[in-house]
Parts: sequence; structure tokens; C-alpha cells
Amino acid sequence: MGFLLATLFKICLVVGLLLLAVAYLTWLERKVIGDIQVRFGPSRVGPFGLLQPIADGIKLMFKEDVVPANADRLIFFLAPALSFVPALIVFAVIPFGPSFVITDVNVGLLYVFAVASLGVYGSVLAGWASNSKYSLLGGLRSSAQMVSYELGLGLSVLGVVMMTGSLSLVDIVEAQKGTWLGILPRWNIFPQFLGFVIFLISSNAELNRAPFDLPEAETELVAGFHTEYSSMKFALFFMAEYANMIAVAALATTLFLGGWRGPLLPPVIWFLLKVFAFIFLFIWVRATLPRFRYDQLMGFGWKVLLPLALANVMFTAALILILA
Amino acid sequence: MVPLWAYLLLSGFLFIVGVVGVATRRNVLIIFMSIELMLNAVNLSFVAFSRFLHSLDGQVFVFFVMTVAAAEVAVGLAIIIALFRNVETVYVDELHLLKG
Amino acid sequence: MEWVLFLTLALLAGAAALAMVLQRHPVYSALCLILTLFAQGGLYILLHAQLIAFVHIIVYAGAIMVLFLFVIMLLDLRPEEHPPLQFNRIGVVLGLVLAGALLAELALGVGPQINLGPRGPHDVETLRILGNTQEVARVLFRKYLIPFELTSLILLSAMVGALVLAKRRPE
Repeated sequence: MGFLLATLFKICLVVGLLLLAVAYLTWLERKVIGDIQVRFGPSRVGPFGLLQPIADGIKLMFKEDVVPANADRLIFFLAPALSFVPALIVFAVIPFGPSFVITDVNVGLLYVFAVASLGVYGSVLAGWASNSKYSLLGGLRSSAQMVSYELGLGLSVLGVVMMTGSLSLVDIVEAQKGTWLGILPRWNIFPQFLGFVIFLISSNAELNRAPFDLPEAETELVAGFHTEYSSMKFALFFMAEYANMIAVAALATTLFLGGWRGPLLPPVIWFLLKVFAFIFLFIWVRATLPRFRYDQLMGFGWKVLLPLALANVMFTAALILILA
Repeated sequence: MVPLWAYLLLSGFLFIVGVVGVATRRNVLIIFMSIELMLNAVNLSFVAFSRFLHSLDGQVFVFFVMTVAAAEVAVGLAIIIALFRNVETVYVDELHLLKG
Repeated sequence: MEWVLFLTLALLAGAAALAMVLQRHPVYSALCLILTLFAQGGLYILLHAQLIAFVHIIVYAGAIMVLFLFVIMLLDLRPEEHPPLQFNRIGVVLGLVLAGALLAELALGVGPQINLGPRGPHDVETLRILGNTQEVARVLFRKYLIPFELTSLILLSAMVGALVLAKRRPE
């Protein structure tokens, strides 16, 4: 019973903070991109525009909820939930601190990939159910892109798994304890730099963020799979996208940057700092790079990232065999 | 503990449903999905046997079945797309070119 | 507790599988199959095969069913006008006989009092200590190394086959 209550408390805490973080991530993104493009970004609602997310939330809640005439109603209603729920339940296995993890699963990393691979149904079904050609194109693009880049993503972390010898995220953080030569922390990013780069690029593609935002390219497809969505259903897609971004940042931190490990500051603060660094990087990339063309996207995924990731796996395996 | 026969019964039921799908549906995609269902029914009994025999061979076999299923889907869907390009249909009863 | 979980998942799997076959719309059929596959993943976890459970979800729900949906959407399939089941009296009788035979065989062959023969070394307790993933890998890469290598040939031929088939030939 005590275990159940403790778990329930942790879940509430994580989900609550996550939703708050998602709201303020929208503010952060607009502010940072504004700065990069020499504009102000949100600045009217509250000091520094800090109340903007609340205003946006209230506005979205009171908007009319439009359902297209020939939409497939059941799937149209189901799709936003299908994209939001996986984004939330990824956090069940992520270790935030030394003993602060909702549940430690022995196949934690596979769990994350299994759940992440479900996110695609939200966008595919939304695109199909809207009964609009832009949405359908967005859904088709999204399914092809997600399946293609999942390969690179999965193979890029294999090096880390081989070095750790476990799929549990807690074990992976545990294995990054200590330092090399007394100064360099034993983070996986150093021996697995190629894997890290491949992970970042393909996770950016999995997130449908610029420069890989073809499923929702506003200049080509109006807004892709969520063109026909309005009100809270649209908000759910949006929140799913930002929650996924935090999830990917947390996963990158856990796999490559030693998770919550760090000197002086408390572990949770270290974890949040590293996650924030990744999120800032994602926003920076979006503000800097133009969108890929579709054939470039597919070619890059299959002809560059996948062979590189395979080479990384082979190289790591050979090195482990030689050193052992 | 749930006994072995319960799992096998479920597996048998799923297999039969798959067979019914293959035998009665016209849409070649749904026939294909029914085949996947049959493969999965077999996988379920593999895993159940693995659990009750205390042996991991069954789970390893599930890996092999999954590989075959994935390969089959890749080729099968390519065939269906090629078929659709040529004859503009996915209904098996409309595919009677060999009848002349 | 285990029975409750088993019955829930089993009913879900069975009902979704039936719905898949009876559904007229291909998209709904695909969704029902995804539901079945999920329930099956749950059953794998109930059988203490965690690795297989998540690999199953990744491969089937994450890749194969997305491809199915992709093709259904690409071909823009509509619901069938005819009712999906067209009964043929001899076929129905034959099918029922076969299904009855299969279930009877199951009941006779693996009833509650079945003798399964010798047990292997991997019971649930051992697996908990040694790790499910690690032990499956040990069996896969030692005992079944050659079959494992051969599956790569299947995948290669499938890849080549799919490319050849799906490629548009220049006129």
C-alpha cells in the first residue's frame, strides 16, 4: 500500500511538473527564437510575457471545437489522445535522481522505444481521419519519416547498451559513475560521440521539429496532419510535441551525459540543467536551419545515418572485444 | 497461476480467427493482416511453452518468427502496391487474369 | 490477480481479433489488429518474457502496422460494399469441423493433467537473478547462432525483393 501511494505521488509530481514545463516551453521557444531573429517575442502579457502560456491556454479552451463534415469522428477524437499519452508515459522509467524514478524496468530502454514508436499513430490517424488532402499528405509523410528515423535512433544507442551490458536506464546512469584521469567524467558522450550525434539528429527527426518538420510544414501543407484540428484537440497535439521534446532531452541526458550525476549541486538540479541544455539546443537548431526537401530527408536517413550507426555498432563491439 | 491450457486455448482461438479471415475476406490487405494474426497466435503458444517448460528456446523462436513476419510484410506490401498499380484493385475475387 | 489480468487481456485480444475480421473498413481492421497485438504484449509480460514483449510491440505496433496503415492510406481504400463474410455451406461445415478438431486436440493433448516432460534450467527465479535479456541473448547467440545468422539472409532477400517490386520501371 505504501509503495502504491509513493508511486502515485511520484506520478502526480512528474506529470504536474511536466505539464507546467510544457506550457513554459512554448514561452521559452518563442522568446529564444525572437531573440535570435532580433525581435522581442511575447512581451505584452505579464512581465516578459510570462503569463502568455496561460493566456494561450485559456484562449484554446474557449475556442469552438470544429469537426470537419466528412471526418471519421471516432478516430478524429482518438488521434490527439493517441499522440499525447505516449509522450507522457515515457517518463515512467527515466531516473530523475539517485532514488527518484517512478519504476525501474529491466528492459527500460526498450520500453522507451516501444512507447515512442506509438506516437506516430497519433499523427498518421489524425491525418487520415481529417478527410483533407493536406492532412493526409502530412500523415503519410509522418509515417514514412518516423519509421525511417527510428532505425537510426535505435541503432545509435546500441553502443551505450553494449558498454553498459543492461537495458535498464538506472543501470546505464550507474555505469557512468566516476571519472577518467580524475577530471573527465565517465559520460558515454566521450566514447560514443558518433552515436550521440546520430541520436540527436534522428531524435530531432522523430520529434518532427525543424529542419525535419515536413509532416507539418506550414508553407507546404498548411500545417500537415493537424490542419483540421482546433481548440483543445489542437492543444493536445501541441503539448504532445513539447512533452516529447522534454522526453528526448531527458533520454539523451540519461544515456549520454551521465543522467543526474554531477559535482556540488543536488542531482535533480543537474538533471534539469542538462535537460535544459538539450532543449535549448533543439530550439537553436530550429531557429538556424532551413527545412529539408523530402528526398533529401529520406536519403539522409537511409544512406547516411543508418550506415554510420551500423558502423558505430560494429566499431564499438570490436573495441569491447579487444579491450576485454 | 494461470495454467498452460488457458494460454493455448487463447492461442488456438486467435489462430482460428486468422484462418477465418484468410478464408472469407476479399481485401488482400485484410487477408495479409489475418496471416499476421496467425503467426502471432503461434508466437503466443511459443512463449507460453517457454514459461512452463522453464526453457528459453521458445522465446528465441519467437524472434525468428518475427524476422520472417517482418520480411514477409516488406515483400507482401510491395507486391500489393505493384498489383494495385497494374490492376487498380485489392479485392482477390477481381483478380482473375489467369482465367482468361 | 493474475487471473484477472489474464482474462482481461485474453478477452481484449479475442474480441479485437474477431472485430478485425468482421470489420468492413480496412483502417478499423488495422486498428483492431493493433489492439490485439497490444493485449498480446501484455500477455507476454504476464508470462515473464519482458524482452519479447517489448520487441513484439516495437516490431509489430511500431513498424509493421504503421506500414499497413501507410499502404491503406496510400491506396485510399474505402469500406467494402459487400458484407465481409460470404458463407458457403460446405465451407462453413468443413471449417467448423476443422476448428472443433483443433480445439479438441488442444483439450485432449494439453489438458490440465498434461505431462510436459523434462524442464529446462530457466525458471522464473533464475531469470530474475540472471536477467531475462541476458539469458535470451545467451541462448540466441550460442545455441542458435547459425539460424540467427541465416535470418539476416532472409532480411536481405526481403529488402532486395521489396525494392525490385516497388520500384517504378522506366517506360
